[in-house]
Amino acid sequence: MEYFIIFISAIFVNNIVLSQFLGICPFLGVSNKTTTALGMSGAVLFVMTVATIVTYLIQHYILVPFEITFLKTVAYILVIASLVQIVEIILKKVSPALFQALGVFLPLITTNCAILGVAILVIQNDYNLIESVIFAIASAIGFGLAIILFAGLRERMEMTELPEGMKGVPAALIIAGILSMAFMGFAGMV
Amino acid sequence: MEKVIDQKQNFLKGFIKENPVFTLLLGLCPTLGVTSTAINGLGMGLATTFVLVMSNIVVALIKNLIPDKVRIPSFIVIIASFVTIVDLVMEGYLPGLHEQLGLFIPLIVVNCIVLGRAEAFASRNNAISSMIDGLGMGLGFAFALTLLGAVREILGSLSLFGFKIFPGDGLLVFVLAPGAFIALGFLIAIMDWFKRKQEERVKVSS
Repeated sequence: MEYFIIFISAIFVNNIVLSQFLGICPFLGVSNKTTTALGMSGAVLFVMTVATIVTYLIQHYILVPFEITFLKTVAYILVIASLVQIVEIILKKVSPALFQALGVFLPLITTNCAILGVAILVIQNDYNLIESVIFAIASAIGFGLAIILFAGLRERMEMTELPEGMKGVPAALIIAGILSMAFMGFAGMV
Repeated sequence: MEKVIDQKQNFLKGFIKENPVFTLLLGLCPTLGVTSTAINGLGMGLATTFVLVMSNIVVALIKNLIPDKVRIPSFIVIIASFVTIVDLVMEGYLPGLHEQLGLFIPLIVVNCIVLGRAEAFASRNNAISSMIDGLGMGLGFAFALTLLGAVREILGSLSLFGFKIFPGDGLLVFVLAPGAFIALGFLIAIMDWFKRKQEERVKVSS
């Protein structure tokens, strides 16, 4: 039951993009088309899960025993940056089809603050390994849900008439605001 | 050969012309995440400014020692070290603000502005120009965050920097998440309008 609550609350109630403000750059950057949004969410789901497991193990088996937890930020970002590279290399060898689909998005992920954010949140919330994995997967699904919905809305927006100054980013931000308001409706759920 | 840079221009460009938030759209996560009040916005802006200035100086000083291939990881390590310093200092001296900004302090590492300036400016210019560039960009970022924080605070709780300026309650939505997106959307539109006006004036006068 506890796992279920973590899962639902990470997707809907504390949606990583719309209520925690993590991963806004890709949220605005690659949400022009639903297909690219889908590819990005796939890449995030993959990297976020692996990165959370690896940083969890590093935190509990290296940083804590040696009492160097103050190096958390440095250690995590290095791990995530190299992890993305390794994932890219392995995917290229093992599954060229998946690499084709996710390839372009992988380098962008290093600077996606959602990955580092989730890794740190897991430690802050004192989750155990299973809870961490569930939290990471659910956060990534929440990211995917938000970005795909947003991309769909933006595709429709292309056709509408807007005042000159509101075109592009301002209109996109206001749509994001309304979407975020819709997600606030889930607030009492958990 | 390094070209001569007008230092005043170099400093001022971060505020309006190349403002990281309003025109370059970099670093939007902390911009939206911490600006529920003007004070938080200012605190975050100044913390980022410190990291930006220091990392720009260090990158500019050691740029010739870093092999080109490991450039980006080295920059990230430099930035992460300064972020750790800020994190620890704030935790010690400003525990209240540190609590408020929370997760977003370590996330300065992945703020695209910091890495962006290191790569685009500091790795090509000398330490003094880089320092001024970092200072201008950082203060421009702080300016944007404080402005957004002030707008949200005034609309959301009718107060500014924690002082009540109007009686009453205000629109709660501007303190919550959706208000951040909506307020920033309108601010960017207004900034855009100002810039267009200015360009028109330049065109008319020339």
